[in-house]
This record gives sequence, structure tokens and C-alpha cells, in this order.
Amino acid sequence: MKILVAVKRVVDYNVKVRAKADGSDVDLNNVKMAINPFCEIAVEEAVRLKEAGTATEVIAVSVGDKSCQEQIRTALALGADRGIQVETSGNVEPLVVAKLLKAVVDKEKPQLVILGKQSIDGDNNQTGQMLGALANMGQGTFASKVVVSGDKVNVTREIDGGLQTLSLKLPAIVTTDLRLNEPRYASLPNIMKAKKKPLDVFTPEDLGVAITSHLTRVKVQPPATRLAGIKVKDVQELVDKLKNEAKVIS
Amino acid sequence: MSTLVIAEHDNKSLKVSTLNTVAAAQAMGGAIDILVAGANCGSVATAAAAVPGVTKVLVADNTAYEHQLAENVSLLIAEVAAGYDNILAPATPNCKNFMPRVAALLDVAQISDVTSVVSADTFLRPIYAGNVIATVKSSDAKKVITVRTTAYDAVPAAGGSATVEALNAVHDAEISSFVSEEVVVSERPELTSAKVVISGGRGMQNGENFKLLDGIADKLGAAIGASRAAVDAGFVPNDMQVGQTGKIVAPDLYIAVGISGAIQHLAGMKDSKVIVAINKDEDAPIFQVADYGLVADLFVALPEFEAKL
Repeated sequence: MKILVAVKRVVDYNVKVRAKADGSDVDLNNVKMAINPFCEIAVEEAVRLKEAGTATEVIAVSVGDKSCQEQIRTALALGADRGIQVETSGNVEPLVVAKLLKAVVDKEKPQLVILGKQSIDGDNNQTGQMLGALANMGQGTFASKVVVSGDKVNVTREIDGGLQTLSLKLPAIVTTDLRLNEPRYASLPNIMKAKKKPLDVFTPEDLGVAITSHLTRVKVQPPATRLAGIKVKDVQELVDKLKNEAKVIS
Repeated sequence: MSTLVIAEHDNKSLKVSTLNTVAAAQAMGGAIDILVAGANCGSVATAAAAVPGVTKVLVADNTAYEHQLAENVSLLIAEVAAGYDNILAPATPNCKNFMPRVAALLDVAQISDVTSVVSADTFLRPIYAGNVIATVKSSDAKKVITVRTTAYDAVPAAGGSATVEALNAVHDAEISSFVSEEVVVSERPELTSAKVVISGGRGMQNGENFKLLDGIADKLGAAIGASRAAVDAGFVPNDMQVGQTGKIVAPDLYIAVGISGAIQHLAGMKDSKVIVAINKDEDAPIFQVADYGLVADLFVALPEFEAKL
């Protein structure tokens, strides 16, 4: 079976992003970009399913401008077979990304689509579920375990207080949570090989999807700052402060 | 203007996060109805009807909704949504699962994790792990919103008398089914609604050492959390994770033990009223947000702290 994996180019998770002073946008000048950590887990899971003989082909897709080809190449270096870039510019909303991915799904007919549960820039946590609705597929979100058997996939999910296992008819959607796997590092030979793997580029027009906008970012601002407090010298002073100054314990 | 609030529940009791969401709905103005989708969930409907300010409680009681399968519940909500301007749900793992499906079925955007209602179409929401607060304006006629529960104080649970109306619509997409659930039953309060939270990080060194937090949690009636580093290291399960990719908490007292204070952890707890940090590294970033910092070896400090409480 074929697996489609969606990957997103985002600011590296170690970068502390700030709002520009004029509030017009976030300041992304010269910051390090990387594959979204949850997308990396998605690629790893797909590659493992291929290595286990469950999947026959892994396709990495990304929606973005030309620079996102870098993240597609990362996915190819981790073991995906070929890449698809949907060429867009500027910020594309999750609903539109889901529509573009739906068009790719219609074209490629994968049995499984694996995405990260959220990207660490917009923190929306929407795209996988929206794709599920548009493609009328079952979804296993926040997955910590994926087991394909026959025409079904069992997905164990992280829920409040524990784990839940669902059985989904294939084709289905999976969105990854942290504990699903630990992604490998790409080896140098694989990075070299990835450069030669096929990568097709489509425009939204090619896919018959109109880029629409439902939300306008009016402005951005820094969060309310917290004033640094004090250092206490020992446990006794800490307990005294909590009881008598902050009055949060009795 | 009318708003539909989706109830968070376990078929037995109405969760507090629903009451936080009703508070956000009140900020939007207009009539408020609550939808309870579940199975044998009559007690939840009764509780929802007692929430002050609610006009009507709609109850879809059917086995198709027992486990809140996203495929089924989203079809129901999208249908009921026809009569409303706003659809609000708490940003809990459960509602985050099905709400984007609702938005896609309605062909509108979802506005995730709203922390403030500026006007009927404009909202604040944190992005980039809460390092930036975005003001977003929606052009959709119907708005699908998840609410960050820590941003709104819960409305009272009693005093109202809404009418209860049964919905007979059964939506079973028949593409997913429930297999099993392993839920740890804890005597402790839930992380997201606890008044006190004590969390451990990588400095705890292993899962066994998290027991050092138990006695303190017992004495303070606290929930126990963890940093992503501690989850990644396999010390504790992921549902204990506090941070950008875990739970967002804002208790009266948050105690961070052996947590350095990575951006993504701060995103989950920096709105706590009082923050205590215990860490042996005096330069740890956690001290920059802590009201009270104690530079100490946690293996010495924790037993002493417990004894003095």
C-alpha cells in the first residue's frame, strides 16, 4: 500500500520567535527553519511501515514556496520514495492546506495519510482532521501506536488520562503524537541519494483548488510578561513565603 | 446572535471545561445553547441544564456517540450548527479531535485556542508556543472556535433552568469503531483544573523518582505534571505533559521541579498565578518566570519540603 506523508517547513523548535515592534508580523528574518517535529515523526512512521513490508511506497508532500523543497528532501533522506510540492506563497490556512492535500489524495489514492498533530508555528492542530472530513476518511489523531492489518488500521491515541484504541477502515488518516516513535537521523549517503529522488511540483490550479482566506491576522504582539521573582535561600523560607506572602498554601 | 457550546463529558458528568467555554460564549453575547452528544448521558444533560445563562440543552443520546468518535460527532454538530452563528468547544484533546472536522464540513476556518474575544469576529490566540499573541479577524459567517479553558473562569454549575430537547438524528459514518480504552483512574485532581500542580522534568532522572512528588501532591491536593523532556525520556506518560504540545495549565500554584524551562514548557504554565521553581542550575531559564526560586538539589529539597508542609 501507498502512504502519503505531509511535511511542513517551520521555524526550528529552539528558536524563540518574537513579534515585530510594529506588530505587523512575527520576525522571521534569518531564523533557522526545519521540518516540523511532528511531521518528522510522521515520516519515520511511514518509513517503518515500509521497512516492515506493510507499505510499498512513501510519498512526502509539502505545501509552500520553493524553500519547502528542503524539507521534502529531508523526508526523502529519511526514507520517503518521492516528493510532491504544492507551490503556494505566503500563509496558507489549514482548511486550504487540507483541500490541497485532498486533491493530492484523489490523485495518488494512498491507503494511509500520516500527518503531524500540529505544527509548532501556528499551533492550530487542524489539518489532519479537516482532511479526514473532506476525504470522508476515519482518523486516528494524537497517535502513539499504529498497527495495519488487512483493510483496517488500529490506532492507539493519547487521550485525557490514558490511551484509547480505535479501528479505522482504510484509507485512513493518522496524526502523530510525541511517543509514536523516535525519528532516525539521515545518513550522509541517504542525504546524497535523496537529491536524486523524484520531486514533482504542482500549482493549486493544477489541482483545481482555489486559495481562499477566512482569517486575517490583524496584528501580533508579545504576551504579557511576567516579572521575575526572588530566589529563596532554603526550603523553610520557600514554605514561609508560600504560606504568608503568596498565601497559596495553608 | 446565537452560540452553540459543545459539552465535554464522559457520559456521566459534565466537565468543568464546558463551564469555561460557556464563559467565553457569554463574552460573545447572544443566546447560548449546549449540545450533549453521548450515550446514556442523561445525567450530563441534567447538569448542563443547570448552568446559568443557558437557554436550551440539545441531547443526542445514541451509541454512535458513546465514544465521541470524530467521524460521527462531527456530522451531528455540522447538522445542528445550521441554526447557530458560533460553535464553541473547549480546546481539550477530545474536542480538538472532532472540531476541525466540523469546520471542514461547514467549509469555514477553525479558530483554535482562543484566549480572548475582542468582538463578534475578532479574537486573540497564542501562536509560536505562546511567544506571540495574534489578533485574528474571521470573515466566515459561521465561526468554529475552540477555547483555551485557562483563559476563562468557569461559570457557576448551578442556578439555571434550561429546557432539554432530545435530538433523534443518528449519524454513524461507519468508518471508525472503538476498540478499547486504558484510562488510569487517579485520586488526584485533573491537571487542567487543579488548583495546585507540581511537575517534574529531566532533573528527576527516572520515572521511579517521580514518587518523590507524590507525598507533596497528596498534602497540597495537587495534580502531577511533567515536562516534555521527562516524557521524551520515557519517565512518565504523555498525558502528564505540560507545554505547547501537551496540556495548558494555569493553577493558583505551579511547582516546577528539575525543569530547565524550555520555551515549549513555559507555553503551558506561564499563566499560573504563583510559580515556584526548584532547580540546582541557578541559570536555568525557569527562574526568569518563577515568583519563588530555590537553587537546590531536588533530591534533598523535596523530602524537606514535604516534611514542612
